[in-house]
Amino acid sequence: MSLRRPAKNQPENFEFSSSSLDAAKKIVSKYPKGKQQSAVMALLYIAQRQNANWIPLAAMKYIAKFLNMPYIKVYEVATFYTMYNLSPVGKHFIQVCTTTPCMIRGASKLVEACKEKISENEFELSSDKSCSWMEVECLGACVNAPMMQINDEYYEDLDKEKTLKILDKILKGETPKPGSYRGRINNEPENNRKTLMDYKNA
Amino acid sequence: MLKDQDRIFKNLYNDMGSDVVSSQSRGDWVNTKEITDKGRDWIINEIKDSQLRGRGGAGFPTGLKWSFAPKEVGSRPHYLVINGDESEPGTCKDRDILRFEPHKLIEGCLIASYAVQAHVCYIYIRGEYFVDGQKLQTAIDEAYEKKLLGKNAAGTGWDLDIYIHYGAGAYICGEETALLESIEGKKGQPRLKPPFPALVGLYGCPTIINNVETIAVVPTILRRGGKWFASLGREKNTGTKIFCISGNVNTPCNVEEEMNIPLKELIEVHAGGVIGGWDNLQAVIPGGSSMPLIPKEKCETLTMDFDSLMAEKSGLGTAGIVVINKDQDIIKCMARIARFYKHESCGQCTPCREGSGWMWRMLERMAKGDATKDEVDMLGDVTNQIAGHTICAFGEGSSWPVQGLLRHFKKEIIMRNNLDPIVQKKNNIPYLVDQHLLDKKNA
Repeated sequence: MSLRRPAKNQPENFEFSSSSLDAAKKIVSKYPKGKQQSAVMALLYIAQRQNANWIPLAAMKYIAKFLNMPYIKVYEVATFYTMYNLSPVGKHFIQVCTTTPCMIRGASKLVEACKEKISENEFELSSDKSCSWMEVECLGACVNAPMMQINDEYYEDLDKEKTLKILDKILKGETPKPGSYRGRINNEPENNRKTLMDYKNA
Repeated sequence: MLKDQDRIFKNLYNDMGSDVVSSQSRGDWVNTKEITDKGRDWIINEIKDSQLRGRGGAGFPTGLKWSFAPKEVGSRPHYLVINGDESEPGTCKDRDILRFEPHKLIEGCLIASYAVQAHVCYIYIRGEYFVDGQKLQTAIDEAYEKKLLGKNAAGTGWDLDIYIHYGAGAYICGEETALLESIEGKKGQPRLKPPFPALVGLYGCPTIINNVETIAVVPTILRRGGKWFASLGREKNTGTKIFCISGNVNTPCNVEEEMNIPLKELIEVHAGGVIGGWDNLQAVIPGGSSMPLIPKEKCETLTMDFDSLMAEKSGLGTAGIVVINKDQDIIKCMARIARFYKHESCGQCTPCREGSGWMWRMLERMAKGDATKDEVDMLGDVTNQIAGHTICAFGEGSSWPVQGLLRHFKKEIIMRNNLDPIVQKKNNIPYLVDQHLLDKKNA
């Protein structure tokens, strides 16, 4: 189990913006009548997106009222799932996969790069408060190891130099191109493709 | 090697685009009505004939699972749930289906929903695959536009709605009942079985849960016939499978191959060989991190299917092959996997919640050489206290890799950890000092 605690400094109020409200209503309609509790996970995501990548307690209370369910049930969900950030993480949130398949291909070098460019410790905001990084468990792109995720996008087939370059761009406010950084196409064997050759050239 | 025309996922590397038009040119959505017109029993029997086994890890026969759904819809509606919570280290096959072959999955959902009489289908995707989920959503929107979903979907006379539900980073939600809890908006903690989800599942209604890959191969099987699928591979381990080969190989990749393919062929031909040559191979994890590793000697002749790996006391699992060469510290690799399981335990059952942490801490010490000799046997004992004593299979999943390490690499562990136990008083290990002995000394 991972221990997760909400941040000490909490905002007083939280309310969905009108676009969030529309999205939330659309999500509730996906589930049968009376089962609106199912929408809690998606609504927490909406709150997280609206509130600069983290969920304050006020948002949990707001969602509990919105879905007509006990606050503690929302709190349970928000603290159980690791993708809900309970404290500020910065506009660019970098997650480096360090589970075995990435580890044996050099994920520790990516961690070094993050320490150099962003902050000494995990969960610590960078000096300009725009970024933070953390080590995470398997992100499900083992064939493209080592890799990291920045907000929604995957950056694959990395090494230390490439990671430093990506982080430089992020810190300058640019958006680097996601995908493989060794120039290969998706998950095909690099320069060694032996299957589906007719389609490759089609 | 499997012939290209027998591959089901022809767009595995996205050479042709994943939109509905190019999918149709590859044979998706052609005559879907003809398939459903043959009736539910025909569909389920054909899947049974194909001997398709679930691709999510447990390998349960799919046709049999579908036949568990009640024959008549009672007061409670039926649901179909697709498990795309792919989080097993070493596995990344469902991601490619979601982003490059979404229409195979959607058509499979329609046929499976018809077979088990469900009008609503939820696809559960792990939260990290947000971008890939958006690609699937685009494909679903396309299908609605072309009237392949919704009322009278694809002219079959069956109404079907498909919704995506995103997870949020919990590995345990890949367990089917935890997944249902998660869709219901609760913590993802597995339920006791029985009752099985086929009778009491989502919202207490009959629910059939299948892996993404299982459902995505269904339309092709029904088009080409169960016999064709059964002719590939071997008895009870039929068909094709997407293998993910990662770790210390020259060209890590996803590739669709026949079941029962030799492991050596997968590594040497498709993955470009082990880094440093075949002799530099140390061990292979054959089916995602929860399957026990297999040492090099056995990799020479090993074939990849459910039963042959079971005979080696391992398993095919999700077919995520992690190759570990001799440059790696095998104990450290397993300690990292133990840390993964410690992090992902849902905390419901005590043996797993506490034991997964025990295993991780002991392995970390063993990797450093700080453990005592008797701790090696103690670690084996801890794994046996976890496996089989929990609500779900996470207990087995977390202890099997450690048991595999002890089975094949016990010598290495003992060589590194040759500290004598405390009774011989050769080393003062603070956490092992018997408090009673201390009392005597002070008395």
